Amino acid sequence: MSFLTVLYACVFYAATAMLVGGLVAKIRCYARTPAPLKIPTTPAPTTTGGVVLRMAREVALFESLFKSNKWIWLFGWLFHVSLLLVLVRHLRYFTEPVWFWVSLAQPFGTYAGFAMVAGLGGLWARRFLVDRVRYISTPSDHLILVLLIFIGTSGLGMRFISHTDVVAVKAFFLGLMVFDLQPLPSDPALLVHLGLVALLMIIFPISKLLHAPGIFFSPTRNQTDDSRERRHIAPWATKFDAGSGSKSE
Amino acid sequence: MAAPQFEVPKLTGNIEIPAVKADASAHIKSFPANAGIQEIIGFPGGAEPGELVDGWHDKAIAKMGDLLGRYRSLQVFMDACVHCGACTDKCHYFIGTGDPKNMPVARQELMRSVYRRHFTFAGKYFPSLVGAKDLTKEVVEDWYKYYYQCSECRRCSVFCPYGIDTAEVTMAGREILDTIGYGQKYTNEIMGKLHKIGNNLGLPGPALQDTLEGLEEDMLDATGVAVKLPLDVEGAEVLLVTPSADFFAEPHVESLMGYGKVFHASGTSWTLSSKASEAGNFGMFIGSYENTRRAAMRIREAALELGVKRIVVGECGHAWRVAYSFWNTLVGVGAGGADPFSIELQKQLDPRYPAPQHICEFTNDLIKQGKLKFDKSLNDHRVVTFHDSCNVARGSRMGDIPGGQFIIPREVIKAVVNNYHDMAEETIGESTFCCGGGGGLLTDDLLELRVKGALPRMEALNNVVEEHKVNFLALICAICKAQFNKVVPFYGFDMSMVGGVHQLVSTAILLEKEEE
Ligand code: SF4
Ligand code: SF4
Repeated sequence: MSFLTVLYACVFYAATAMLVGGLVAKIRCYARTPAPLKIPTTPAPTTTGGVVLRMAREVALFESLFKSNKWIWLFGWLFHVSLLLVLVRHLRYFTEPVWFWVSLAQPFGTYAGFAMVAGLGGLWARRFLVDRVRYISTPSDHLILVLLIFIGTSGLGMRFISHTDVVAVKAFFLGLMVFDLQPLPSDPALLVHLGLVALLMIIFPISKLLHAPGIFFSPTRNQTDDSRERRHIAPWATKFDAGSGSKSE
Repeated sequence: MAAPQFEVPKLTGNIEIPAVKADASAHIKSFPANAGIQEIIGFPGGAEPGELVDGWHDKAIAKMGDLLGRYRSLQVFMDACVHCGACTDKCHYFIGTGDPKNMPVARQELMRSVYRRHFTFAGKYFPSLVGAKDLTKEVVEDWYKYYYQCSECRRCSVFCPYGIDTAEVTMAGREILDTIGYGQKYTNEIMGKLHKIGNNLGLPGPALQDTLEGLEEDMLDATGVAVKLPLDVEGAEVLLVTPSADFFAEPHVESLMGYGKVFHASGTSWTLSSKASEAGNFGMFIGSYENTRRAAMRIREAALELGVKRIVVGECGHAWRVAYSFWNTLVGVGAGGADPFSIELQKQLDPRYPAPQHICEFTNDLIKQGKLKFDKSLNDHRVVTFHDSCNVARGSRMGDIPGGQFIIPREVIKAVVNNYHDMAEETIGESTFCCGGGGGLLTDDLLELRVKGALPRMEALNNVVEEHKVNFLALICAICKAQFNKVVPFYGFDMSMVGGVHQLVSTAILLEKEEE
């Protein structure tokens, strides 16, 4: 077993642990922190079903962003939908036999790679071209885009320029999943691609990528507008209802 | 109007997004509160107004940690922003000043940079990479300035893909500042008056009684009908809670008389309360749950003491947000409570009506039932438009369906006037622009900000003035009324064009003369 294989295996185990552990900790923190007041941005749905729909539109279509800015919406939505297709396409490296719908998605996934990089390019350009966005951009905002663009282009490079041994790559990942190490090909493009993906997994729970779980916990979007019909009160606030807190003077 | 010490923006016919001008509004700063003012509302104060208390740094960080643990909104909003920039052009204060720190995301970033530094791995170990900053005196100074250049209007939250509401961040920022002795004079002083006397103006019960009697006489002279403005009547059906400005400020009183006429014409028994003589609740502006609750307790106590069956709220934006969204939580004014505290009041209230109810909902119901008669032509000298108040639009509702807060006031207006025109779509409804004076900024020390922040609304207004000869800006908020009264002259409009929805009702309503 080559050093490289062992190294990458360790990196992926560590990255997965950090991704999962970090996200679980963050999600637990969000779930446990109370939302003491009703603050949905109105007009808001008055039923739970309505809230599910609002959230679904927000997550799948980026509804608020669409209202807000068509360029950011276009680039952002293009990037996220393409990323989803690309991820679906990559499931074939983790499943044997490959699921039916994953094989169906293969050709779309390939072109989505280009769309993804195009979307990222658009988002990055805005960070230079629009003075307001330039003002708020931090080095990490640029670097995350660079990271994603490198992941995309290194992947596209392997698909269209210097092919890698995908059968061996698949054997490596299938093996990783059952703790049975298989040799990883040593193409530079592949090593860069995988290394950057591992880096992305590691920074996910400690960066702004937390917007992914965060949106589901955003009180302005996930609360029902029923404050007159139902009493909503946080555990820490119930103490006021009894005792000395219940006087105005 | 004295000549302004600053440049009033020119109206161009379009709401234009300015280029970023660093520190363009850095000189605008409201007066800080002294220790006396701070203490009345439960916060410390330094030797001089604005002087930080000993150990301020650690106290501020500890308070931030406390708030992060108590408010999911703050915790999620600190993490979720991706700096996409979608909100950057949505704030009226940015549009009016061009100061980049008035872009909602940048305003949040004042706190987020400190949050990162103290509460995140990346900010602790790679501060410059992620824009993390220590909490220095300069940062505190920026917080004070720019958290008091936000009217907590929530316009940014409509347009953020994650619903990040800068108002929540501003409230947290102000609460932290209050905790280290850096409160704002205007808001905190008013908060203290409300706690001690019962209303923002510090108007005691007997003075209120006199004022109301004077207004009753005015109405008798003008209409020949004895319209009453009852105070502290036990056993009345409706308790009306309204902003205290309605008792004496112009044009607010015109609406108060409108409410009185609606109650009179419909034969509803009602009362005002000297204890609950203020609907406004500045506790929300400073993010203080305790102060907001304490102020709201007056309404609960008055309702219980007077034994009323319904609670109706007069024309006030933030007050309606607090009433509609928070009263049930804070003091059990609402329905559906299962605990003894809320049941005590809820078993007294009439379940056929929502509690609380907005005066526009109340009037509109009566109109729908045909219980009110109007002569619309009495308003024919007016061409009316309606400004959706930010807190009503984005922080509350009226009626049964989402968006009822946009429909119901317009239905009331259209029932009493013949000439009505909306302003441009992107400036009303959920996208409405704040008047520029909300959220604790309605003070003369912030006049420049108020004038500049009104710019987008003034553009939209000017367009309907030119196109449709609009001469009346109808409002349902005491702060909007006072703010526009003050700032429209800067843009060349006459302040008599500013008024309340119930002022229009008051003009057109037909009252039956009692049999002699
Ligand atoms: S809440 Fe309103 S005033 Fe505050 S940043 Fe957002 S848009 Fe501006
Ligand atoms: S729109 Fe939301 S996510 Fe985007 S920069 Fe503004 S606050 Fe951040």
